[in-house]
Amino acid sequence: MTALTMSARLGNDTDLRPVPWRRMAWVTWRQHRFALAGVAGLLGVLAAYLVFTGLPMHHAYAAVAACRPASSLACGNATGDFDNAHWSTAEAIAVLLQVVPALIGAFAVAPILARELETGTFRYAWTQGIGRTRWTLAKLVPLAVTVAAAAGAFSVLFSWYFKPFVDQGLQTRLPPLAPLVFDLHGVAFAAWTLAACSIGALAGMLIRRVVPAIAATMAAWAGLALSAGLFLRQHYLTPLVAHNPNLPGSAWIISSWYTGRDGKPLSQAAVSQFLQGYHPAAKQVGPNSFQTNLDPVGYITQHGYKFWVTYQPGSRFWPFQWIEGGYLLGLSVLLLAATIWLVRHRAA
Amino acid sequence: MTNVIEADHLGKHYRGTWALRECTLAIPAGHVAALVGPNGAGKTTLLNLAVGLAAPSAGAVTVLGGRTAGSRAALDGIAFVAQDTPVYQNLSAKDLLHLTRNLNRHFDTGYARGRLGELGIPLKRKAGKLSGGQQAQLALTLALGRRPRLLVLDEPLANLDPVARHDFMATVMAAVAADGVSVLLSSHVLAELERVADYLILLSQGQVQLAGKAGDLLASHHMVGLEELALAYLRKTLEVAK
Repeated sequence: MTALTMSARLGNDTDLRPVPWRRMAWVTWRQHRFALAGVAGLLGVLAAYLVFTGLPMHHAYAAVAACRPASSLACGNATGDFDNAHWSTAEAIAVLLQVVPALIGAFAVAPILARELETGTFRYAWTQGIGRTRWTLAKLVPLAVTVAAAAGAFSVLFSWYFKPFVDQGLQTRLPPLAPLVFDLHGVAFAAWTLAACSIGALAGMLIRRVVPAIAATMAAWAGLALSAGLFLRQHYLTPLVAHNPNLPGSAWIISSWYTGRDGKPLSQAAVSQFLQGYHPAAKQVGPNSFQTNLDPVGYITQHGYKFWVTYQPGSRFWPFQWIEGGYLLGLSVLLLAATIWLVRHRAA
Repeated sequence: MTNVIEADHLGKHYRGTWALRECTLAIPAGHVAALVGPNGAGKTTLLNLAVGLAAPSAGAVTVLGGRTAGSRAALDGIAFVAQDTPVYQNLSAKDLLHLTRNLNRHFDTGYARGRLGELGIPLKRKAGKLSGGQQAQLALTLALGRRPRLLVLDEPLANLDPVARHDFMATVMAAVAADGVSVLLSSHVLAELERVADYLILLSQGQVQLAGKAGDLLASHHMVGLEELALAYLRKTLEVAK
């Protein structure tokens, strides 16, 4: 041992400088580059698919959107043809993409701490000079932020791809707040990915084994995503109430019902029974075709009943995005803080 | 002379049972200290507390002359090789050297590479492909490359064959001779430490039964060997327990 290192060792070490963060960058990259490559590969393949199927679809859509007059039968048929040709693929992709944040959180992030604890290497890693708080922060935060940013970039591409089906001009397939599309647009996809990562980190630290931690991350994320889509999102802002059944296609309808002459809500059975007396007149429009102006709501309201509908207007898309993104960010910070607390206090 | 480890009424309990109780001891610097006791005596618990992996349930433990165990200043001067010498199986020896260098303020890469060269451990080979003895040597080299003031080894010889045991202890003793590093190592087999240890801590049922310099202990108990001494004490505690 040289005199130089000896004096460094015996020097005043009460005010030791910590090991710099940038040294951890190499460690994080070296140990998790395959996980990052996996995320990049998954998003890359999906992105390539969106581009290759999206370009011809947008080409076809431009022709449909340019059809004039828009209310003509020919334009209606063109819209229908476009829908038949492309909707099922787009819907399948949207369904598939729902699980991508969970896959990233479960397979890229949950094993980080779980594997250290399962194989015992935490006894090496957490007794190095850098200290385990720094070590954990320098692994989890850059990885979570990187994959969330990649997910955010991916959702921009998806928004482009999916535009024909949420477009206002054409017959709108889905309102932008609907469960299948809302969480793939705007900031939500990145926020859900971040949330999945922080769930994965905490699950790995709590469960301490790789496979159960992966399973628990998927389950917890699914529970959170389902409750957000099915129960929470419709209450972010108080729904609007209308009596008009012909809302714009961008409106996300929460519920609808009838009230009778006494103002009390009618049961579905009562409405069905009442509608049995409705016989709309059919009008012959061709040699073998008839057109019926079905308007059950109009028929019912003419008889003193009242139609109610609660809905979230499409204009609330961005407020809802910021609300959901905001609480998911808050939740992620909380879960990561809990993970760090556990690392500090429950190591062995 | 400072104490490398000082425990004051230190205790740790896991789910209601005390793994370590009322442990008070001070190990002075400059020794190769053997922490000996039967399985379940609390050896690993005491070492985990000393390196900061576990937090005390009672009392306090400081290292290297008063530094809180697990603090940055403490970790800077202590290197720990845990039982079964866990290292990342998918990383090469070279990557592990680089990893350890990046996780510490100083790391003597020259020493570590030289040591692995002498041992014939290929730098490019993944740790998982090395033999048990080579993995233990690799973990030890990573620890010594940090030039610690205290080297803590938990059951370092438990899973090694006789040749690997000898080589492992030779590396430890070479570092002691060259650097004056203090060593604390645990074992449930005292025989293999008889030649190297000059300080003994005997732990049984979560409590310190005996602690002191080997020469002083032998002289005061009129015994010739540490193993004989330890056995006598362990029998005594077992009888008391009955």
